[in-house]
Amino acid sequence: MIAFEGVSKRFGDRVVLDGFSLEVPEGETTVLMGHSGSGKSVALKHIVGLIEPDAGHVVVDDEVVDQLPYEELMRLRGRIGYVFQFAALFDSLSIRENLALGLRRQGLDPETIAARVAESLRLVELSGAEERYPAELSGGMRKRVGIARAIALRPRYILYDEPTTGLDPVTTAAMDDLMVRARQELGATSVVVTHDLRSAFAVADRVAFLDEGRIRQVGSVREIQETTDPLVRGFIEGRPPAGGGGHR
Amino acid sequence: MNEERGVRRFFRLTGRWAIEARRALADGTTWRPQLFPQMRRLGVDSVPVALFLAVFTGMVLALLSSYMFTRAIPLYFVGTLVTKAVMLELGPVLTGMALAGRVGANIAAELGTMRVTEQVDALETLAISPHAYLVTPRVIAATLMFPVVTAMAMAIGVLSGWFTAVNLLDLSSGEFLRGAQQFYKFKDIWFGLVKSASFGTAVATLGCFQGLNTHGGAEGVGRSTTRAVVLGCQAILVLDAFWALVLL
Repeated sequence: MIAFEGVSKRFGDRVVLDGFSLEVPEGETTVLMGHSGSGKSVALKHIVGLIEPDAGHVVVDDEVVDQLPYEELMRLRGRIGYVFQFAALFDSLSIRENLALGLRRQGLDPETIAARVAESLRLVELSGAEERYPAELSGGMRKRVGIARAIALRPRYILYDEPTTGLDPVTTAAMDDLMVRARQELGATSVVVTHDLRSAFAVADRVAFLDEGRIRQVGSVREIQETTDPLVRGFIEGRPPAGGGGHR
Repeated sequence: MNEERGVRRFFRLTGRWAIEARRALADGTTWRPQLFPQMRRLGVDSVPVALFLAVFTGMVLALLSSYMFTRAIPLYFVGTLVTKAVMLELGPVLTGMALAGRVGANIAAELGTMRVTEQVDALETLAISPHAYLVTPRVIAATLMFPVVTAMAMAIGVLSGWFTAVNLLDLSSGEFLRGAQQFYKFKDIWFGLVKSASFGTAVATLGCFQGLNTHGGAEGVGRSTTRAVVLGCQAILVLDAFWALVLL
């Protein structure tokens, strides 16, 4: 299980997370939603130790991430797949090499790596793209390769950072379907950061709404859709918050 | 106050880099496969620019020394001056400067782009140390290849000086050789090569450091690249003075 325990983080004078607490239940998909700059992506990066909290802790499988020795942190990262907003594929490597890099790190033999690469690309419907380079792919294809790279590791957790940003509605629906299938076929616990409502409601078991660096509301999709909280309601209906407050 | 913070930050970063470097060196399975491609990119691909520089350096040295040595000093000293200057100073330093531009900029721009497009973060989430995968092979490759390129530049510089002396000055091959041998010591060669190895280490380390600490998109990449070249050139001049004090 992933748990944020009173996590605070500031960059210079700007407070991004302010006593942020949340539990991500095992086997479920939790969507972190909120206005731009509300700290969603920063929260996600804490889970893999890319950012260390100024106060509080992130606990994954009973291990406090920011207190782990280097080797333990590497082992923890091996259990987590991370899908970046713009895919973050390695430009100089082919798609096959992009997927194989993390698998080699896990010490798998070449046959298993080849099988995993083929299977992961099949799951994202990109079989045959092994020898192509990221620059030759469309934005949607790159994002799918990003997901394939994450699921190839057979992770216990998958973290998605704005997986549908910049995609057309059809490709967005395909990405949503992919996230649902990845969870069903791998049984992975997922955390999805997005402000795309349709996508959030399509993939989420639970939705957490962030505002000013802390949780404003957590609930099922239905609870969030029927919320009476004026800020969350305004976000869902696309209305700016009353008085201009609520988000940075 | 700002200076104190700057000094503290410098020591914190240097300390962190020292720890990362030790860890990365031990992680041979990650950096070893990258070493030969980097030796080719940073070293072999730099040969043309270094040789171009060496040809004109040797030529100008021969012409300048013949201009200075009229009357009082025998003309065969042209051979002495060309050989000594090329081996002890101009070969290593000018080659170092040229490679600081080419290699330092190349490394800083590549790693800076990887940083701002989250490719470095992606490496970390795959449990691969950026220091082992990106920094170590580049620093080792530059340390090994700078002396190789410099040795070639020294040879071409002396040959170019000889060619100029024989064809444009009133000097025979025998006289040029006599001058070259007059004060020759084996130290002339290894002194230049030791210097150039340290230049390679400095240029690659500064390029990697600037690249990995890039912030702020394309503008940030430009800033890091410029800083890597400027600092690389400055480091070469400081190291040049250091080796002259220590080894001569």
